[in-house]
Amino acid sequence: MEIPYELIEKTILVVIVFTVSLLTAMYSTYGERKISAFFQDRIGPNRAGPFGLLQPLADGAKLIFKEEIIPISSNKFLFILGPSISMMTACLTSAVIPWGTYLEIGGRAVEMQVTDINIGILYVFAIVSIGVYGVMIGGWASNNKYSLMGALRASSQMISYEIAMGMSIVALIMTTGTMSLKEIVAQQAEGHWNIIYQPLGFFIFLICAFAELNRTPFDLPECEAELVGGYHTEYSSMKLGLYLFAEYVNMFVSSAVMSALYFGGYDIPFIEYLGLSSNVVAVLGFLFFFAKIVLFIFFFMWIRWTVPRFRYDQLMHLGWRILIPMAIINVILTGVFILFTK
Amino acid sequence: MQLTNRSKVVVQKEMSFMEKLYIPAILGGMKITMSHFFKKKATIQYPEQKREFSFVYRGKHILKRDEKGRENCTACGLCAVSCPAEAITIVADERQKGEEHLYREEKYAKVYEINMLRCIFCGLCEEACPKDAIYLTEELVPAQYNRNDFIYGKDKLVQPLGTSAHPKTYKPYKK
Repeated sequence: MEIPYELIEKTILVVIVFTVSLLTAMYSTYGERKISAFFQDRIGPNRAGPFGLLQPLADGAKLIFKEEIIPISSNKFLFILGPSISMMTACLTSAVIPWGTYLEIGGRAVEMQVTDINIGILYVFAIVSIGVYGVMIGGWASNNKYSLMGALRASSQMISYEIAMGMSIVALIMTTGTMSLKEIVAQQAEGHWNIIYQPLGFFIFLICAFAELNRTPFDLPECEAELVGGYHTEYSSMKLGLYLFAEYVNMFVSSAVMSALYFGGYDIPFIEYLGLSSNVVAVLGFLFFFAKIVLFIFFFMWIRWTVPRFRYDQLMHLGWRILIPMAIINVILTGVFILFTK
Repeated sequence: MQLTNRSKVVVQKEMSFMEKLYIPAILGGMKITMSHFFKKKATIQYPEQKREFSFVYRGKHILKRDEKGRENCTACGLCAVSCPAEAITIVADERQKGEEHLYREEKYAKVYEINMLRCIFCGLCEEACPKDAIYLTEELVPAQYNRNDFIYGKDKLVQPLGTSAHPKTYKPYKK
């Protein structure tokens, strides 16, 4: 019988990607606490393990052992479905991200990407859009006015910013000519990084990513001053944990998408002059990619502890009246640029 | 009249284009937060590290013994009179034959109680005492579950036998 190499490779890769994204998200929570502490002249968690490195485990254990409350007036099925959708969509997106070139193992070229579908970017967008259902269903099923308000805010915010985000990607696709993430990164590895061609597009994408992730300054859905806890007011125990954790997984994935789309993904500038073997380059490339992701996550946190939260009308004003026109102008400029350079 | 020269007059003027962009302001804010990122932290890791008390710190009281281990206090009541919070209760008694090694003078305090919830740690008892009997140490008065536990009797106040130190440099008694 022929050994199904392809299946084994992909299974192992899926497990690795899943583990890495969950571990990164886990340590993002630690990083968030530590970084926020440093920004506020504090030290942060340092009791659990050396430098507090076991803190995420302690937090997770605490959340699991907490009492699980499902309100009587809630819709039980939807109440459980909400956080499940949030977590599932957060993990699904990492499937199309190219983590490196390829490894040569026993004469076989093993791709470091779970699947290379030719509409990679559209897939990412589709999954991210489903993510809003997690928030929306959770808020609706709680049967609590604050949860509902938070959920409504979340959905309107995500829908508004998705338009500008999509438009900024349209301009990017015009320059690259492909929607496959693998090809986009490969093009950047040969030529220049897309940030050079699309600075305005990246800027719009970055702001929209903040909004999509529900992170400060766009964290209105969980605005504790007005909405108690927003859409997860009624949630407790690990279901609350899943909501909070999904945010960090999302942050990891969107950092990966941003560095793949605009910052060359696994590409290390001038690596081809060193004459290293392809396996070494692949591993180094993955590490470099990971460093870019970590930098982006740090940037997200840096912004979070600097900029205060928007008012709701300011948020809508920024989304509809500034970012969308800017994204359209960006598309037009890109079109004109392509027309005159070709 | 201005109390400080830091107040700013608020002007409701139209913002310029650069101000409306908010980007320079956000970058400025990010610079400030980043400068705090590298600042030295003021945190003291409490159970391992302890902050030095000031030399004049006034904490829990101690009833001193003299160099022969006899209690200095003669229950004159001046500390109780001087106490603005009326926290001190004294019951005096006469020294019996055979107790000369316990009390320095003929009269001594049979009961000496300080209510630590009333005490304001002003140190007036220390100043009033003519016999160098009461001092305020660097020790803290710990939290209790019960109000009665804050009334410290002689068992908690009298200097433990066999310790000797100048009153002001008295460090918390270690076993």
